[in-house]
Amino acid sequence: MHNSLDPRQRTQSNMAYLRSILRSGKNAVPAVLRREFHRTLQAAMQVTVRDAIKEAMDEELERDERVFLLGEEVALFEGAYKVTRGLWKKYGDKRIIDTPIAEIGFTGIAVGAAMAGLRPVVEYMSFNFSMQSVDHIINSAAKTYYMSGGLQPVSIVFRGPNGAAPGVAAQHAQCFAAWYGHVPGLKVVSPWSAEDAKGLLKSAIRDDNPVVFLENEIMYGVPFEMSEESQSKDFLIPIGKAKIERKGNHVTLVSHSHVVSRCMDAAAVLAKDGIECEVINLRTIRPMDMEAIETSVLKTKHLITVEGGWPQFGVGGEILARIMEGPGFGYLNAPAVRVTGVDIPMPYAKLLEENTLPQIKDIVFSVKKMLNV
Amino acid sequence: TYADFTPQATFDIKKCDLHKLEEGPPLQAVLTREEGLQYYRTMQTMRRMELKADQLYKQKIIRGFCHLYDGQEACAVGIEAGINLSDHLITAYRAHGYTLTRGGTVREIMAELTGRRGGIAKGKGGSMHMYTKHFYGGNGIVGAQVPLGAGVALACKYLGKNELCVCLYGDGAANQGQIFETYNMASLWKLPCIFICENNKYGMGTSVERAAASTDYYKRGDFIPGLRLDGMDVLCVREATKFAAEHCRSGKGPILMELQTYRYHGHSMSDPGVSYRTREEIQEVRSKSDPISMLKDRMLSNNMASVEELKEIDVEVRKEIEDAAQF
Repeated sequence: MHNSLDPRQRTQSNMAYLRSILRSGKNAVPAVLRREFHRTLQAAMQVTVRDAIKEAMDEELERDERVFLLGEEVALFEGAYKVTRGLWKKYGDKRIIDTPIAEIGFTGIAVGAAMAGLRPVVEYMSFNFSMQSVDHIINSAAKTYYMSGGLQPVSIVFRGPNGAAPGVAAQHAQCFAAWYGHVPGLKVVSPWSAEDAKGLLKSAIRDDNPVVFLENEIMYGVPFEMSEESQSKDFLIPIGKAKIERKGNHVTLVSHSHVVSRCMDAAAVLAKDGIECEVINLRTIRPMDMEAIETSVLKTKHLITVEGGWPQFGVGGEILARIMEGPGFGYLNAPAVRVTGVDIPMPYAKLLEENTLPQIKDIVFSVKKMLNV
Repeated sequence: TYADFTPQATFDIKKCDLHKLEEGPPLQAVLTREEGLQYYRTMQTMRRMELKADQLYKQKIIRGFCHLYDGQEACAVGIEAGINLSDHLITAYRAHGYTLTRGGTVREIMAELTGRRGGIAKGKGGSMHMYTKHFYGGNGIVGAQVPLGAGVALACKYLGKNELCVCLYGDGAANQGQIFETYNMASLWKLPCIFICENNKYGMGTSVERAAASTDYYKRGDFIPGLRLDGMDVLCVREATKFAAEHCRSGKGPILMELQTYRYHGHSMSDPGVSYRTREEIQEVRSKSDPISMLKDRMLSNNMASVEELKEIDVEVRKEIEDAAQF
């Protein structure tokens, strides 16, 4: 399989593999020097986040007749970001439905279909467009199971790219993790890696609750190593459990979505100075895995949350409040801090845009400041 | 004796206004004695239940929002008579009548209104959030129920069960954008959906002329065929619903009905209902167009029931409501 790659493809996939090693926190130097480098590459399954999302949907569509997809351009166009490529050809008009540009209308229709027993997956071309539908997500979906005294479940998934994307400017770059994370009755998931995306989306589709599934455009094209286990059709990652992407003893970095990549890169930089970061990939915003964060804080005694969203009333604010209310507070050697996106609408100019999101240098700076080095 | 009564009679009913339809529902309706008594009992139960809710609200035992349906009984009863319980229905918050016709009991409705555990939603929903099998509430955000209902219709079509969904909304919500998005998709995808506008002439305190550039609600589905009819006549409503159901079940896609009706109470219990309309108008509708009186007169003048028999039903209904309201 590997031998069929041309030299340029081989270099590209080697680089991708190297990046995934770096991000995984394993020591890169032995991996590169290892004679088995090429043989290891052959056994590893490289899957982009985009393909992992598609695989999840394909498997769940096959498994359960009641699952169907709807959204703008999901069928013939194969998805605005090509996430649903091939699905319409395989499943047809009944199960992959192109909608007109009518977010509040088609979201209401999807929620109604869920009330009547189907299991829709609604794609938003961008979660920015979900604001048109937010009444249905909250009032028709999230609250219904409770309001009806348990009579009316709503099994539905709302998915699409959330947060920053390069050059799309203010109206297309907002992060909705905090908005949806606020609402009882919703589950809110924010995957980072390909395995996250696949396992969590499958769990979300099988979950009987309304789930908001926040993808990110920056991550779509990024390949990750997928374990053999994750290639099974019943591979599920439980919603509500965070993952330690990198172990460390000196400081806990908590993040979600594409920003986890930056934390991993920052951790690699800090490691050169002998500072070992523990990077937690939240994976789920609601219900949040505070236990994982607390366990880590008990060990490292230092906490920094890192997110792309705005600072006020954000994910980081919630984590810091809960740490104060829980056992973790007593273990902190310094006040916990948040590193967030800048409190402005996302600018267009590249330099401004870059400086609006937490950069590696911002994370490194925060860690060194907290540790007084 | 009961054997002396006319077993059934045929009544002339008003012609419907049609939009994009060659033919409309029939101009005559056959009513059997059993049907008549059942419609009478249900409408009377609905009427007394709403009046009881009025009383309990004034005693502060029911709190928050309470939107009463008295005056509009012929709509809920007529619609249910035109569909099956296996069909689906959704409406906004003036929903107590539909909760009853869709299988809820007076007891569980009263318990829900008064926030008790025996309520239809265990006391967690209240007046606006009651659900039964194939009845999706009870929705607080007017307009939202229309795409929801089209979604239920999509599920009906998807699952191939020959069921349809009735989506109700008022003259107020008829101006909501999401309803037009729904008309478009329901029509594109030929969803088995009966859109029904209950036009009671006032959206809260705003009369239809002050809210809508076009008050021909039955035409506002544009490419969707529509009917406008007298919503105070239970037989008219029933025949039109049967006609609409046939249209949907034959795969022709959605259809729209406008029922011209009237509510005696204000918009809700916090609205006396006389700052934007006259007492004379309310009184006139009560005396000339009351749905229960209309049915009663028809049955009595055709010897389909006796005055005593109907009085007996009234007494039974009153008792049922009283019992249900006990704590």
